[in-house]
Amino acid sequence: MIIAADVVTLSRLQFALTALYHFLFVPLTLGLVWMLAIMESVYVMTGREVWKRMVQFWGVLFGINFAMGVATGITMEFQFGMNWAYYAHYVGDVFGTPLAIEGLMAFFLEGTLIGVFFMGWNRISRVKHLLVTWFLALATSLSALWILIANAWMQNPVGAAFNPETMRMEVTSFSEVFFNPVAQAKFVHTVSAGYVMGAMFVLSISAWYLLKGRNTDFAKRSMTVAASFGLAAALSVVVLGDESGYTVSENQKMKMAAIEAMWETEPAPASFTVFGIPDVKNHTTHFALRVPWVMGLIGTRSIDQEIPGIANLVEDTKGKIGNGIKAYDAMLVLREDKNDAQAKAILAAHDKDLGYALLLKKFIDDPRRATPADIQKAADSTIPDVPVLFWSFRVMVGCGFYFIALFAFSFWQASKRRLDAHRWYLKLALWSLPLPWVAAELGWIVAEYGRQPWAIEGILPTALGVSSVTAGQVWTSLGGFVLFYTALAVIDAVLMVKYARKGPDGLGIWPAASPLPPGEGARKAEGTAGAQP
Amino acid sequence: MFDYETLRVIWWALLGALLIGFALMDGFDFGIAALLRVLGRDEDERRVLLETIEPTWEGNQVWFVLGGGASFAAWPLLYATAFSGMYFALALVLLAFILRPVGFNFRGKMHDPRWRDLWDWVLVGSGVVVMLVSGVGFGNLFLGLPFRFDGDLRMSWQGGFFDLLHPFALLAGLVSVAMLLTHGACWAALKADHAVAARAVRVARVAALAYAVLYVLAGIWLAYGVPGYAVVGPVVADGVANPLYKQVAVGGSWFAGYLLHPWFWIAPVLALVGAVQVQWQVGRRGLGGFLGSGAMVAGTILSNGFALFPFLLPSSLDPRSSLTIWDASSSRATLLLMLAATAVFLPLIVLYTGWVYRVMRGRVTLEHVRGNGHGY
Repeated sequence: MIIAADVVTLSRLQFALTALYHFLFVPLTLGLVWMLAIMESVYVMTGREVWKRMVQFWGVLFGINFAMGVATGITMEFQFGMNWAYYAHYVGDVFGTPLAIEGLMAFFLEGTLIGVFFMGWNRISRVKHLLVTWFLALATSLSALWILIANAWMQNPVGAAFNPETMRMEVTSFSEVFFNPVAQAKFVHTVSAGYVMGAMFVLSISAWYLLKGRNTDFAKRSMTVAASFGLAAALSVVVLGDESGYTVSENQKMKMAAIEAMWETEPAPASFTVFGIPDVKNHTTHFALRVPWVMGLIGTRSIDQEIPGIANLVEDTKGKIGNGIKAYDAMLVLREDKNDAQAKAILAAHDKDLGYALLLKKFIDDPRRATPADIQKAADSTIPDVPVLFWSFRVMVGCGFYFIALFAFSFWQASKRRLDAHRWYLKLALWSLPLPWVAAELGWIVAEYGRQPWAIEGILPTALGVSSVTAGQVWTSLGGFVLFYTALAVIDAVLMVKYARKGPDGLGIWPAASPLPPGEGARKAEGTAGAQP
Repeated sequence: MFDYETLRVIWWALLGALLIGFALMDGFDFGIAALLRVLGRDEDERRVLLETIEPTWEGNQVWFVLGGGASFAAWPLLYATAFSGMYFALALVLLAFILRPVGFNFRGKMHDPRWRDLWDWVLVGSGVVVMLVSGVGFGNLFLGLPFRFDGDLRMSWQGGFFDLLHPFALLAGLVSVAMLLTHGACWAALKADHAVAARAVRVARVAALAYAVLYVLAGIWLAYGVPGYAVVGPVVADGVANPLYKQVAVGGSWFAGYLLHPWFWIAPVLALVGAVQVQWQVGRRGLGGFLGSGAMVAGTILSNGFALFPFLLPSSLDPRSSLTIWDASSSRATLLLMLAATAVFLPLIVLYTGWVYRVMRGRVTLEHVRGNGHGY
């Protein structure tokens, strides 16, 4: 059956947009919730009311963001079925499990506790409320863990094998799927990025209060928490991002080569290209500024192993396509006679490369009739978009190092109690607010756009994963998502700015609207974040 | 102990349990949302209604998300076929699920009546859409859906959104609306200020009566007007998960299972006893009315599942392509691991959900919302 190219393009566009949009909100939730947990812990340990009010104020902004994260996450859970039906059938046996466990173990806890976090302040004891906040924080990070286990399997599909009778991948080892090394590297890298975002959010808005001379006590305390938490997170995101780079080079050599615009294999240890203009047509990089040895060290943790270049990888791919065609042929023989011993043996020998034969489906209907020219085209199609990966990666890494510098300086200022000493610093902190979002979105572009043309690396080409829907259907849903998501983004931004501007003073959270005797604060600020009419 | 056949039956039951969990827990949230402008005559009354569900709707909604994840893992062909085939129907439901969280959260964030009216109607719309579309979707299962698989198990679908609007399916949609309106009204009668609760009692009685009439009508129509599906030849319950290995005949009765296993009748009886219980108990103190509407919900979904057994998604285009519990499941290893995960976490979920409801117990009074800011 011929798959319409525009359905593939539109489905990919819709998935990319909805996923990138979802990830505007998720990392902020991941980071901010731990800041709330830290602030509330200080409140419970010291009993000082201002720390509770900090939780309540930042909680208002957390709540606005959380709603958007939940709303956009629902799309992700169901979009595999709507737009990627063949993908869902082909790998659901493996890929569905971490998604389901995410719901059972993490999202249920998160969704159930969030109401008590907001509305339970004077219904349960301080310590119980603190426990609720901690479990909420834990649940959000666990949620990220299971989603990233699912994503990591798309990058590095371990613990599964093709079953010709059911025409799909089936699990052979869950422990390999769950303890996928890519998943571990991705998890720490991604949640750390979220923690950086949460810290930057608090740092920037607090800096704005200091610039305006409002809520100074409140803002300095918030900034101190943000600076310490942010520094730890920024260090972790870079150090563990390096681990992520190492695991990529192990199992996605093409992605690594594209990030580095490494057209030919260099003698080990390879150099790192800091700057350059990748030229896709002539397979070369102009004006390249190279640092010797660095790439070899990052990518292989050795000085004598080579990192293969793009040209060599394309040659390897041609061999795999050849093997894949043998497996494909055997699969069709088995469909007619499932006891054919010879076909069974051929499939068992080559089923790892079956996906490479499926790459040909983009060019011809029956991979068994492929000409050398078709095989060349299919092999060339495995080269991702080099300039996009090259630049996305460098901007992301640049942001990462900038975060370390900014949070280290903030930490130094906070420990000297000089956070409001330099206006330039406060302005810098304020204007750095968008950068964690830039870095996070680019990170996903590197990870997912760099995986193309595969939906599951080496197993299932993206173009084969789509549903049997019409381009008109996808146009309509895509238009709907763009329309509603844009409207919601505008409303979300307006509300965020409005409540950040109002601040703890404008909302009557701190200083409290009326002076309260100690211990009465909780009772008076009944229910919610204490917004008074 | 857990052979492939047993695991498939268990996962069929768990799919039902998830659906019932979703309809029971999220159903009254949708009922409240749909009835927001009927039960709440002014801003304070609407705030009361919203506060009855505000602390818990987010957790309740996870039943829906988990339903998606669990069907992806345990019934991948069902997940893939139903959601890509009924594309616009699912898109409508998703839209409702996207607008609802922001509606709950954003409504109170600006103090302009037009702003609140806007979100009120968004919430009403989201409630009605989900009830109606999920009911229509269920109705279509009995009519069969226009899909077939090729040898690669790639599905093709021949039909559009408007083909789903068969009169029988619309009737099923109305059953679903009446059922969940009853459930929402019973929740309001239990949790809302007495002024609002008195109105909710009247609505619950009317809706429960409408439900009972429509449900029986749908049953009669199903018995005499909708042909049933049956697997022909030997049923291989522990065989390969490939729907093309069997033959299916159309023309029997969807009640065949009820004749074979008379205990199936427990389900529709439970549903109708629930409707009577609502009439009798909803105005009184205690949980009686709400348990009645809960029985309606559980009985209705069970009775549907029993009638369809062993089918999950019958195909009208190519009956052989129909999905049954014997040929649409994941591998044995996946079903087993998912069962273990469910056995560990589902009891925990029930425990902490119960704790949250206990913490948030009691009626939400008008006095309370008047003295208390603007919600979260």
